[in-house]
This record gives sequence, C-alpha cells and structure tokens, in this order.
Amino acid sequence: MEYHLTIPLNKNDIIQLNAGDIVYLTGTVFTARDEAHARVLEIEEKGEPLPFDLNGAVIYHCGPLMQQIDNKWHTVAAGPTTSGRMSKMTPSLLEKFNVRALIGKGGMQNVSESLRDKCVYLTYTGGCAALAAISIKNVSKVHWLDLGMPEAVWELDVVELGPLVVGIDSKGCDLLSDVRENAKQAFSRI
Amino acid sequence: MNHKIAKDAVVNATIDILTKAETQLPSDVIYALKQAQMRETSQIAKAQLSAILKNIEIAKEHSIPMCQDTGILVFFVELGRDAHLDFKLEDAIIEGVRRATETIPLRPNAVDSLTRKNTGNNTGIGLPDIKYELVDGDKITITVAPKGAGSENMSAITMLNPTEVDSIRNFILTTVLNAGGMPCPPIIVGVGIGGSFDKAARLAKSALLLDIENNPEKMDERDELERDILNDINSLGIGPMGLGGDTTALAVHIKTAHCHTASLPVAVNIQCWANRHASITLGGDE
Repeated sequence: MEYHLTIPLNKNDIIQLNAGDIVYLTGTVFTARDEAHARVLEIEEKGEPLPFDLNGAVIYHCGPLMQQIDNKWHTVAAGPTTSGRMSKMTPSLLEKFNVRALIGKGGMQNVSESLRDKCVYLTYTGGCAALAAISIKNVSKVHWLDLGMPEAVWELDVVELGPLVVGIDSKGCDLLSDVRENAKQAFSRI
Repeated sequence: MNHKIAKDAVVNATIDILTKAETQLPSDVIYALKQAQMRETSQIAKAQLSAILKNIEIAKEHSIPMCQDTGILVFFVELGRDAHLDFKLEDAIIEGVRRATETIPLRPNAVDSLTRKNTGNNTGIGLPDIKYELVDGDKITITVAPKGAGSENMSAITMLNPTEVDSIRNFILTTVLNAGGMPCPPIIVGVGIGGSFDKAARLAKSALLLDIENNPEKMDERDELERDILNDINSLGIGPMGLGGDTTALAVHIKTAHCHTASLPVAVNIQCWANRHASITLGGDE
C-alpha cells in the first residue's frame, strides 16, 4: 500500500501502516542524531522544557549539509543516517514524548515494543541526499548549533518526502530484522 | 624538459577532483547499479535502486553532493620521482580541502577524536588522510576518495592463523552479515589479505578504487574468487538498504601482499553504493 500523510501525525495515521508499505510525508520534520538525542534526554531528566514540541512529531535521523546565504539557511543535501546508533536512546525518548514516526536507514534494534500502538520506523534510501533536498522546501528553524552542523536539530519543511518504506510498524513487525534473520539462515547454509 | 608544478595548480586540482567526486559517481558504478535495478526481483529493492539512480541524476544536474555525508577525505598521491615542487604538497591539498568545504559545499565532518569538537573545515590532526606512493616520471596523480562513516564503521580486520586460509571467505561474509542494511547496500567490498595489521587495511581501502569489471571472458583465478564471494554475499538476501533483495553487493575487490610466515591479516573495508572517487594528473611534458 502507498500512503501520503501530513504531519503532525495522529495515532490513526500510524496504526494503519504495515511493514513494507510505502509512505510519503508532508510537513515539518526534526532532524536528530546521537548528540541531539542525548541532549533531549538530559533536558527532560532535569524537568526543563524543550525548545521544540515533539508531540505528534516526526524525527529524522539525519545530519544535513546546510549552507547559510544572507542569514537564511538552505538545505544542500539531507539523506538519512544510520539509525542503529540511536537504538539505545529511542525507548526512553518514546516513553517521554508522543513521537509518531522515526525516519532513518539501516534499521533499529530492540525498539519494536516501544513503537507498539503509537509510532513507526520508516526507512529512507540511504545516500539519497540530493533527492531528499529537493523535497525540503524550507528550513524553518535550527536548535543547538553548538553541537555542530550534523548534530544540531533542524526543523525542515518537507513536501512528499519519500519513498519511505515502513521498516517497523506499530504492531511489532520488523521488516529489516526479518531480512537479517533470513540472511543468518542463508549464511548457515553456505 | 622538466615542468614545474605550481602550488595554485595543486590547490585548484584538489577542489576540482573533490567537486567531481562528491557530485558525480564513476560510470562503472552507475552501470552496475542500473544492471542491478533491471535484474532485481523484489519490488521494494527495485524502488530503492530507482531512488538511488534518480538521486545520482539530481546530484550531477545540480552539481550538489550525492550524499550529505561528504565523508572524511582520503587522498592517494602518486608522486613522480622527478617531479619538481618548491612548496609543501600537503599544504596545497589541505588548502584545497578548506576551500572546497566552502565552495561545493562539504559537510564539516572532522572532529577531535576525544573532545568531539568539530574543526568546521574538514581538516585536523591527520585529516585529510594523504597517502603517498613514489612512481616513475615527473608527474603527480592525485586521487580523492571521500569516505562516509556509515560504511566505514562496518569494516573489520582480523589476524587469522596462517593455517586458516579457508576462513578468509567466512570472515568476509560474517562482516557483511553483521553490517546488514547499515552500510547502505548495495555495497562494494574491499579486501586486503596479507602484509601486516595496517598494510592489510590499506590494501582493502585502495581495492575500493578498482573498476567494477563486467567482462567474464577476462576472468583470472582472482576474479573467480571475487565472483564466488560476491555470489555468496548476494545469496544472503540482505538487499538494497537491508530491505531484502538480490543485490547486497555490486563487487568484491581483493588485493594481496606477502606476509610473515606466522601471520595472516585480513581486512574488509565496506563501501556504500556511493563509491566516490576522482583523479587528476599534473605536470610532465604536455
């Protein structure tokens, strides 16, 4: 199935999706990599407010290449980064915030229970940074630039970002993990 | 007659090859991706390869980097013994990297390994990584191969026992299996066998610069070994981006060196589909 969804996403948008479905997203996504995840959790721990709202939000595992021209940020290239690095921090993050979708590449480990009934993991084709850049129409804000360009949180306004493949759905189906298990079995036969 | 090579020429050449490498993929890789796209039986895999091919076209057309991970910059310099330079070659390459970071632009990826502080210009202690090789003649050939972290992080090295030659294939396959979808498959696998701990890794990295051969008639024993390992890798079914499919790797390239009778080092350097590299030759009689 193919879906064209608008952010902010609600629970119904999410629970209809099955692993292997194709999704295109329109709206604002927040980039966040290792350092941003760590800082979100650190701030939450202290009980302080975040400078952005993660409820109904989409987190994009991406360290974009940006360029500032006349005080305005532009996206040069913005493909997904390896989501596996964020696997350990994701369950705590999903416990605290109603994030509806994560976008990345390469799959995630031990997060399907945290996604259950509320969130999906979408994969975007790794390396497709130029393709992503043409669907990013505006850079609305940047937070935490002190972390460096790749690690900062960028608010990107996207139109029809995709094709995104549902990698882990909200019912516990994990396409990438299934592929990995099959690969292990194929390996044992060689 | 011996032509002097000017510093500016090296700075500009560095910017030129960096721009080309980051925005245009070598034709052998594009050909291999197109073949894979036509052959794939999985619809999800086909869609991934189509997205990659579309991305390559957009990057070339708009002259923008094909991937936001513009890599750490690895240079291979073939330095002619009779080339005449009255400046520090590494200074010119570093200057080229600084300028290209602004002009292309490149993502600033160089950080202090412990404090993680970003230098902002892709240079730092040991970066760019410049490898020199002396060759005959009076020319300099500079090759740049930007290396993204997603695939580099999935690479591995092992020191096998000398009697474990038969385990080499197993080590390569295990490395690819453990990498799964993380290094942005379809990958290119560079293998270095022999030498020493560091030499094996250097061989593996330089193997990634080899062209993807598509001529079965020209195959020798090494090519057959590479092809057999490639077939084994593709039988794992990891597929483009780890979403399943027939194309996990586009090529396996093996380089060997003699080694200590008591050693068998094996290095596997994983490269994502964006096997970016470009070269230029300067100097000599024109």
